[in-house]
Amino acid sequence: MADLRALIRRSAALWELPVSYREGMRVPGRIYATEMLVRAMDDGVLEQLANVAMLPGIVKYACCMPDGHWGYGFPIGGVAAMDPRRGVISPGGIGFDINCGMRLATTNLDYDEVKPHLPRLVDRLFARVPSGVGCKGFIDLSRNEFMDVLEQGARWCVARGYGWQEDLARTEDNGCAAGADAATVSPRAIERGFNQIGTLGSGNHYLEIQVVRPEHRFDAETAAVFGLDRPEQVVVMFHCGSRGFGHQVATDYLRAFVKIMGPQFGLTVRDRELACVPFASREGRNYFAAMKCAMNMAYANRQVIMHRIREVFAEVFKKDPADLGLQQVYDVCHNTAKLEPHTVDGRRRELLVHRKGATRAFAPGMTDMPPSYRRVGQPVIIGGSMQSGSYLLVGMASGEQTFFSTAHGSGRRMSRRQARKRFQGRKLLKEMAHRGIHVRARSLKSLAEEAGEAYKNIDDVVAAASEGAISRPVVRFTPIGNIKG
Amino acid sequence: MKRPYRFIDDIATADAAFEAWGATLDDVFTAAAEALLAVMLVHPRTLGSVEREVVILEAESAEMLLFDFLQELVFLKDRDQVLLRTNTIEVAARKDGCRLEAVLIGERLDYARHELAVDVKAVTMHRFKLSRTPNGWEARVVVDI
Repeated sequence: MADLRALIRRSAALWELPVSYREGMRVPGRIYATEMLVRAMDDGVLEQLANVAMLPGIVKYACCMPDGHWGYGFPIGGVAAMDPRRGVISPGGIGFDINCGMRLATTNLDYDEVKPHLPRLVDRLFARVPSGVGCKGFIDLSRNEFMDVLEQGARWCVARGYGWQEDLARTEDNGCAAGADAATVSPRAIERGFNQIGTLGSGNHYLEIQVVRPEHRFDAETAAVFGLDRPEQVVVMFHCGSRGFGHQVATDYLRAFVKIMGPQFGLTVRDRELACVPFASREGRNYFAAMKCAMNMAYANRQVIMHRIREVFAEVFKKDPADLGLQQVYDVCHNTAKLEPHTVDGRRRELLVHRKGATRAFAPGMTDMPPSYRRVGQPVIIGGSMQSGSYLLVGMASGEQTFFSTAHGSGRRMSRRQARKRFQGRKLLKEMAHRGIHVRARSLKSLAEEAGEAYKNIDDVVAAASEGAISRPVVRFTPIGNIKG
Repeated sequence: MKRPYRFIDDIATADAAFEAWGATLDDVFTAAAEALLAVMLVHPRTLGSVEREVVILEAESAEMLLFDFLQELVFLKDRDQVLLRTNTIEVAARKDGCRLEAVLIGERLDYARHELAVDVKAVTMHRFKLSRTPNGWEARVVVDI
């Protein structure tokens, strides 16, 4: 339980952690959450936010999103913008699963059309999208081709027929982080990840079939811009990242930074997971270029999975994916660092924005999003637990206060072990089947850890993001089918 | 025999954390590897010993050597789809750090026989510690899930 006495309430959904909380804080911390959510946050969040606020070059605030919880290094839900000339880059501010993210696609099918096919649809997706511990991908490629993937991202996939041209325009960075340099990546990272393209992984990674109930379309006009305009419309959402490749890139650089940050740069941190180097240093730039390779691996991974989903739908419904309306709505990252222009105290500056378990949420009128979305703002995909639901949000102008960042999911409230003690995988499967949610899971133990009650209430998280004016809800999705690693 | 490790709940909500013990560095490294295996495999005793891998590592300290050793197990899991435990290990202090030579044994992942729990993405440095105790050595490890 977070100690509210340490915080100053600035508004209904904004709490400030003053620099006096811990010696060495350069800026205050800011938590965007309702009182209920702040009370439920563990003390670790405040400590970690204070540690982030001590990093050299941090600008304005160390922010924590409404789904924030105790992570390693940064809190999950942590956002920190650094001055690129004087500030640092920290792998612990991005996470091991670089460019872990969400992708959402529509269909033109309604719930009644899908319901009779649901068990087969879920079974086929489970069979054809590899998941679970140590899973291997279905794309055969040489190490040299993998290097191309690292520099080209989802573009590489689309050029080889794994997806549609318009998917790229509807992916953050158009599916390719510019400046990725495969020469900055270790041979170990390549060895570890080159056979994992097109795999979900395990833990909280999943692929879900969902439906939009008419009462859950909060802004019909914006929803229609995103292609969500049918009653009881069925959509597909999935969550995964850069797999072993990204994990190895993060590990390699974390390991190197732990060793050199003190002797070479005179930097100290309170938690070695926050090991960092100046962004402007050769080492900092190399990590940035390697991290972009991992971002591209993740874009490619989700692109290939998207292709597989289209194949499975075509097989089950015996129609062309285009005729099934399997259009990508958007693909967002929630573990990255990006150079972005922001206005700080009236001045336009380029900042290095670390988002760890936080989603970019650009406002209407901003660029770096599909032209057809610019009028309404960038879509934000928020994955909830398999038992509750998920959301599509959109960025808003007042998101400037968090460097245009918002939540990324429900956020855990119970540890994995606590969840396993409390819930049984088999029982959960039964309960969900009873509620019309068809689930296939590689591991019952992992399934129990992902029980809905192990997470915060997604509606509370979205309400807090809305009340904090960092993004607003457009549509809520109800799960009807789920595959898990 | 009592397990030489225990899982801890109150560190990093979404991840897994454990403590492992041993009378010697060899023992604590072996125990930590066993705990790592237990994060991924529901019944570690079901793991066979048909695969063999020799690992030689060097690091600036015993603590960082443990980090590298556990990370090596995570790496091999993804590269070869193999889960491993320690068969023999020798950790030795050197003038400028520490070195280990280990023979790891295990088995390729087989969903039909192995009940798998969750994948470990990485060993984190968050509260990572290897320390001396009156009875030998103790390690604390948080892994990213």
